[in-house]
Amino acid sequence: MNGMSRIVKTITSIVFPFIMIFGLYIIAHGHLTPGGGFQGGAVVASGCAMILVAYGSVWTMGKIKEKNLSILESIGAICFIILAILGLGFGTVFFKNFLVGSNIIFGIVPSFGSTISNINTAGVIPLMNFAVGLKVIVGLFGIVLIMAYASRRRDNK
Amino acid sequence: MSKRNLFALIFFVIMAVFLFISSLMMHPFGNPEETNMDDEIIENAQIETGANNGVTAVVFDYRGFDTLGEATILFTAVAGVMIIFRRMNK
Repeated sequence: MNGMSRIVKTITSIVFPFIMIFGLYIIAHGHLTPGGGFQGGAVVASGCAMILVAYGSVWTMGKIKEKNLSILESIGAICFIILAILGLGFGTVFFKNFLVGSNIIFGIVPSFGSTISNINTAGVIPLMNFAVGLKVIVGLFGIVLIMAYASRRRDNK
Repeated sequence: MSKRNLFALIFFVIMAVFLFISSLMMHPFGNPEETNMDDEIIENAQIETGANNGVTAVVFDYRGFDTLGEATILFTAVAGVMIIFRRMNK
């Protein structure tokens, strides 16, 4: 896959930041609006896959090493499990939401019913959203990138 | 009609009958069977977890183990793809 025409590359460069903003918004507001880590991560990963299709797998592989991708994905998984174990340490059980009601970060408890959304709520849920979002972004994009890069050699033969 | 096609036809008819019967026995749309769990979650999710989005409250707080399993599945999938295609790259 050697990349597509100049028109496709230009349009991709224009659209790509908006897809990034939309996906990161879905991840960051996972505890307030529909969506969350998995969904926003899928949006961002499909934006990266669009870059991959437009510019070709060789160019993309030159920019990103697959080793860094696996390291980032492991960081996401480890953050998720560490947050769960911290619930065991500071709270009572595994996956305890220990930050709700505290004044550290994300500690405000909203009143019951339909209220004005405050981003500083929901305890560890936003942090877990970030961890899972990082994991899904890197995981899905890594799968697509490696498959595209492996099918490149076979075309040249 | 060969034996293989006959088996396929019989299987198709049986599956179609099962699906038709189960579609007749479904609950009417918009009237789910009442359970205690959804009322419990709707009333307490905002106070207990602090999240305005009830679905995220269930996924990341009440059912955190499911999310952990889901993340494990994704991790295994990525590891498998990287193992298989590493041999093809070099």
